[in-house]
Parts: sequence; structure tokens; C-alpha cells
Amino acid sequence: MTVEKDLDIGGTPYERVQRTEGFQQLRRRFRAFVFPATVAFLAWYLLYVVLSGWARGFMGTQVIGFINVALIFGLLQFVSTFTIAWLYARHAGRKLDPMAAELAAQVEREGVRA
Amino acid sequence: MSHQTLAIVLFLAFVGATLAITVWASRHTKDATDFYAGGRSFSGVQNGLAIGGDYMSAASFLGIAGMIALYGYDGFLYSIGFLVAWLVALLLVAELMRNSGKFTMADVLAFRMSPRPVRTAAGVSTITVSIFYLLAQMVGAGALVALLFGFTSEFAKGATIVLVGALMIIYVVVGGMKGTTWVQIVKAVLLMGGATLVTLLVLAKFGFNLSTLLGDAAEQSGKGEAFLEPGLRYATDAQGLAGKLDLISLGLALVLGTAGLPHILIRFYTVPTAQDARKSVLWGIGIIGVFYLLTLVLGFGAAALVGSEAIREANPAGNTAAPQLAERIGQLMLGDVGGTVLLAIIAAVAFATILAVVAGLTLASSSSFAHDLYAHVFRRGKATEKEEVRVARISALVIGAVSIVLGIYAQRLNVAFLVALAFAVAASGNLPAILYSLFWKRFNTAGAVSAIYGGLGAAVLLVIFSPVVSGSEKALFTGADFAFFPLENPGIVSIPFGFLCGWLGTVLSKEHNAAKYAEIEVRSLTGAGAEKAVTH
Repeated sequence: MTVEKDLDIGGTPYERVQRTEGFQQLRRRFRAFVFPATVAFLAWYLLYVVLSGWARGFMGTQVIGFINVALIFGLLQFVSTFTIAWLYARHAGRKLDPMAAELAAQVEREGVRA
Repeated sequence: MSHQTLAIVLFLAFVGATLAITVWASRHTKDATDFYAGGRSFSGVQNGLAIGGDYMSAASFLGIAGMIALYGYDGFLYSIGFLVAWLVALLLVAELMRNSGKFTMADVLAFRMSPRPVRTAAGVSTITVSIFYLLAQMVGAGALVALLFGFTSEFAKGATIVLVGALMIIYVVVGGMKGTTWVQIVKAVLLMGGATLVTLLVLAKFGFNLSTLLGDAAEQSGKGEAFLEPGLRYATDAQGLAGKLDLISLGLALVLGTAGLPHILIRFYTVPTAQDARKSVLWGIGIIGVFYLLTLVLGFGAAALVGSEAIREANPAGNTAAPQLAERIGQLMLGDVGGTVLLAIIAAVAFATILAVVAGLTLASSSSFAHDLYAHVFRRGKATEKEEVRVARISALVIGAVSIVLGIYAQRLNVAFLVALAFAVAASGNLPAILYSLFWKRFNTAGAVSAIYGGLGAAVLLVIFSPVVSGSEKALFTGADFAFFPLENPGIVSIPFGFLCGWLGTVLSKEHNAAKYAEIEVRSLTGAGAEKAVTH
């Protein structure tokens, strides 16, 4: 075996799989969902808390009977939490799980080869 | 039969059933994986219920319903942070931890670091957070028995703390994670059942019209429409800017703390795969979300039907609002017997709630003591599995005994702030360490240790010098004033500080293990090499 070849397949099975295009794609797909989603729900929650502290007049506006903006805003936090959870489960089931299973099998094969 | 007798009978039935489950679980607990992680054999749905049972403490159930009953909208505002927090766990933590860890939070942190300093830090933090949380629950249990059963003597409160402590020790020492998980599942079902029943009766009373319920609650509260708006409990007009910043500080700790609570993190290890961990968090989010919607109705229902005067008279913090509402709505809809029965059910459920939560906390702290401190720090990884589990059982006994003694001593103190402090420490120390470990290539031992000690130290010190410990009427020590930090919640300072310490510690140290980072990254995302479920 030549030195170049050793370098090419060098490192642990995990390092070799980490370098593959397949793994890089899985990582991108995962991060492309969870990072923006985290920023979004944190910003949305902080907006709610900030408005509760600083925009009392707006939050107290009645919409239907005694149901006001503050209550609707609070209930929307439930809706957004359930929705993001559902979207993530769908994304993970369709786009991440099949790739992850394939790569896990590849790690095992690399482990045997090493 | 009085409601006290019936409540005690129902509570004894719960204790009997859970002890039977515990004995059954002990027969199926053979090795360390069984004791720490229930053999990783729970299904996603079962673990989702257990997550609910672990998380919905008496503080959530009685505390939030009471806060809504007395302060209206702000109680609801408080509950929302507890729910949104689960998205952090779902998106960033649960699956990756399941894939790369084994028994404790420190397994993930120590993966590519020098194990002894990191495990020491994580163990210290785990035990600190769990004891804070445990103490608040134990003192709460003592106060609750007085309120629900009419035992007002110091002796009765102390005896309750001993009883609660003894039961939690038995669940953990005998049943391990299997027993504890089943206690939490049973409790979650009972709590959801009881809360749903009372909620439906309250809604029926108001013709299923939420606006009518809110209108009556606002009128009965004597505060009018302000009762339905933020500002009666948090960030009141009198508090000015400090109050508003305190509200944000609390919100940050709630939302970022959950995914750093050790007793929550170890729940992700009880399922066979990362997909099951995901499924359990999804179920947990569903159960916890519905539960806080129920407490919204319970709180406003108590304000409308029981009235703030009667609630304040029974308990100034409003902790009896939910049981009082159960009695009132039972009487209104089902007659006197109905009132007695409903009150008894809710009182028994409240006790089951406390037991399930304290058992989870005891298990988390004793697991960390045995697995992190004893096996890896003291014995440098040379302890056998048998020795480790034996130490875990002994430490559960010791931690339980210590919390009983502390609980009895702390009875007359206002320790409710300890729950918020536990969340703040988890968000400031544990969460930065976990997120950096999973997502930051350059992260290293110095970074992990700095994040944990920095975040933990900042949160605890700021609370010591805050108005909850001294310098106000409601403080822990009313006679002294050394409060120079104006906020009750340290999160707004301590959370960024924890993240900053983690970053600074990392860049100041040259250590870096690329091969191990490749391993944790590939393992956490693909599930390769993840710990398997055991089959006996």
C-alpha cells in the first residue's frame, strides 16, 4: 500500500465516514432544519415575552368577548410549538432517517475493513 | 366518608400499586443498563408519558393553577416557557444524546475530553441542580399535606416529608430506572385524567364558552380586565424596568433550562433508538402542552368559582386553588358527594405527582454520583458494573436521607425560588456544555469545565446576592440585606456568561481531539455504535 493511499483512507472509520459526501449532506440537511427553526421559535417566544412586558395596551386589546390579544398570542405559542415539532418529525422521518441508517451501516463496514 | 379519608385511601392505593410495580421491576433489573436506563426497552409512547410524569411537578400543577387563580394571565405566561423549552430538547439534544451517550449527561461531555475533570464538573452540577429541585418539592410536599388533609402541626409536615422521602428511596433503590419510569407513567395518566375531568366539568359549567369563563374570572378577581392581561405578577408597574428584565430573565431560564436538566436528559437513554427518543419527546410535548391548556381552565375556573379571597385564605401562594376548585365544581355539578370525591381524587393525584418527580430527581443524582464521580473519577474507570450499581443504590439512599433532613429544616423557609434556580443553573452551565460538545468541533476539556463551573457559579452567586435571598419581605433571610443584584432571576446574565466561559476556556487551551470529534459527530447523527437495548 502506498503512502498516498494510506492518507486517502487514513484515520478512524468515523473520520473516513465523516469525510464522505453522504455524511456531509446528512449534516447539512439536519442543520439546515434545526438551526433556523431554533432561531425562529426562540425569537418568536422572546417577542411574546417582550410584548408582555412592554406592550401592555396592545396585549390587552379585546378581540372576541373577553378573549384578548395576550391570550391569543399565548395560545399561538402552543400552536407554533406543536407545528414545529410535527414539521421536524416529518423532515427527520423523510430526509434524515434513511440516510442515517445507510451511513451507520457504512461505519460498520469501514470498521471491519480497518 | 370525609374527603381526607377517601384521599388517603386513594393515595394508599397508588402507593400499593407503585410498590408492586417496583418489586416487579427489581426482578427485571439485572445489570447497570437496567438500573440506569431501564434496559433501554421502553417504547417511545411509554417514555413520552414518563417524560410528562417526570416534568409536570406539583409546582406546575398546583403552582401554575394557583398563580393563574390569583394573578390571572401571568400564570399562563409562566407555563408557556415550560412548553416551548421542549423544542430545544427535540431539535438539538434528545436524539444526539441518545446516540452518543450511555447513562448520564457527562457521558456525552466526556466523550472527547479528558474524562476526570469533565465528569467531576458534570457530577457536581447534576447533583446541585437535582438537590435544589428536590428540596423545593420536599418542602412543597410538607406544606401540601397540611393544606389537603388538615394536618397543620410541624410534626405532621415533618412526617410527610419523611414518608415522601422514604417512598422515593424505595422506588429508586429497589426499582431503579424501570420502577421509577413506571411510577412516572402511572402518575402521568392519573394527573392527565384528573385534570381533564375537572376541566371538562368547569367548561360544562360555562357552556363551553371560554369568554364567559374569562369574564366571570375577571369579575370575581376584583381586578377587572387587568386580570386577563400580563402585569399582575411579573413586571408589575411598581417594579419598573427591573421587573421587565426579570421577566425576560425568567423566560430565558425556563426555555433554555429544560434541555439541561439531568433528570430529563437521562430519560432519553431509556428507549432503544434515537427515533424512539424523538417519538418520546413528541409525545411529551403533546402531553405537556395539553396539560398547560388544562391548567389555564383550572386557574381561571378557580378564580371564577372559588374566588381569590377563599383561595388566599387557604394558602397565600394559591397552591390549593386546584383542589378547592375540584371540590367546588364537584358540588355544583354532581352534588356534595361529587365534591368530596373530586377533592379526594385531586389531592391523591397531587401526592402521586410529587412522588414521581422526586423519584426521578433522586435517580438522576445517584446515577451521576455512581457513574461519573465514583466509577470514573474515584476509581478511574476500574469499578465493575456490580460495584457501580451498588454505589448508585447506596447514594440514592444517602441523597434521599440528606434531602429529608434538609427538607425538614427548610420547612419554614421560602424555598420556591429553588425551582427557578435549578432551571437557571441547567441553562447556564449544562446547556452550553452539551451544545458545544455536540456541535462545536474545536470544543475541549477546558471549555467544558469553564462552561459548567462558570454558568453554575454565576447563577448561584447572583441568586445569593438577589432580592430572593435577602433585602425584601419575601426573602429567605428577612433580617439581612446584601442584595446588590436587582433581579430575582439570574438567567439574563448567567446564561450568556456560561456560553462565554465555554468559548473562552476553549480558545485559551490548545487541546483538541479531531478523531474523537469525528466519532461523536458521526455517531450522534447516524446512530452508528449507539448503545443497544438489552433483552433478558
